Amino acid sequence: MSYDKTFSVEGGNFQAAGNVSSEIKGILKELGLPRDTVRRAAIVCYESEINIVSYAKKGQIVLHADDQSVEIEAKDEGSGIPDIELAMKEGYSTATAQVREMGFGAGMGLSNMKRYADDFFISSEVGVGTYVKMVVFNLDLKLHPDHPQWVDTYT
Amino acid sequence: MTLNDVKDILDAEVIVGREQLGKEIKTAFSADLMSDVLAFAKTESLLLTGLTNPQVVRTADILDISAIIMVRGKKPSEETVKLAEQLKIPILSTKYILFETSGRLHRSGIVGCIEKVGTE
Ligand SMILES: Nc1ncnc2c1ncn2[C@@H]1O[C@H](COP(=O)(O)OP(=O)(O)O)[C@@H](O)[C@H]1O
Ligand SMILES: [Mg+2]
Repeated sequence: MSYDKTFSVEGGNFQAAGNVSSEIKGILKELGLPRDTVRRAAIVCYESEINIVSYAKKGQIVLHADDQSVEIEAKDEGSGIPDIELAMKEGYSTATAQVREMGFGAGMGLSNMKRYADDFFISSEVGVGTYVKMVVFNLDLKLHPDHPQWVDTYT
Repeated sequence: MTLNDVKDILDAEVIVGREQLGKEIKTAFSADLMSDVLAFAKTESLLLTGLTNPQVVRTADILDISAIIMVRGKKPSEETVKLAEQLKIPILSTKYILFETSGRLHRSGIVGCIEKVGTE
């Protein structure tokens, strides 16, 4: 099995924020991937979509799913991130009031992506845009003693 | 306990999902911060919140949350109701404050979907 699709995300459209992630979650479910894989992929996708809406002019989310893993790439044309290490710190945020009204903007997004993805890569150029790539492995997580917390959500 | 029991305990108004009141409820998570919900809430929990915008429903959908309880008499916006109907996620509204809502449910046997952070 192999599935690829690219979605566009509009910067500043707070009403639509999350539509792409819902759709991707539906696709992953339909593909019959394990519940834990779907859940983690949906979470990281949603946080990255919220960031595109919050901080960029426009962006794309590229989904790739196969039997081994789900890959989510979020790329945008926007302000970029001057200090990635600082941006990754829980609690650091430059979010506007509008973002906070939605329940985001507490500086948890990037760390949530890192927490839930098995592989996380970010690069950014100020004034150009940001690229985030996240991989969620589609494994029997019961085999992973490093991550016992996943066992109870995996079915 | 069922969602209907939750409704009675909280003297809540059902805004979306009247047909889903038979749902079994065991755990809950309270937050006004959707990133915290994404970080810590578990599948099939109740979400207790004071936020009313569509992102609450989106977040619930992403996590397969069983139902949303809006506290402090908060009512969902029109867009929120539309989205919840479309995604089939029940929304109840209670006049109790978040502390009372959580306390009343806990006393009746609903527990947190996790107890503490960092101990998983
Ligand atoms: N795609 C992006 N483009 C520009 N800046 C970003 C982007 N994503 C994140 N940032 C910056 O990193 C900070 C932290 O992001 P995040 O962890 O998602 O928390 P939050 O969105 O709640 O602020 C943001 O406040 C913003 O300054
Ligand atoms: Mg964010």
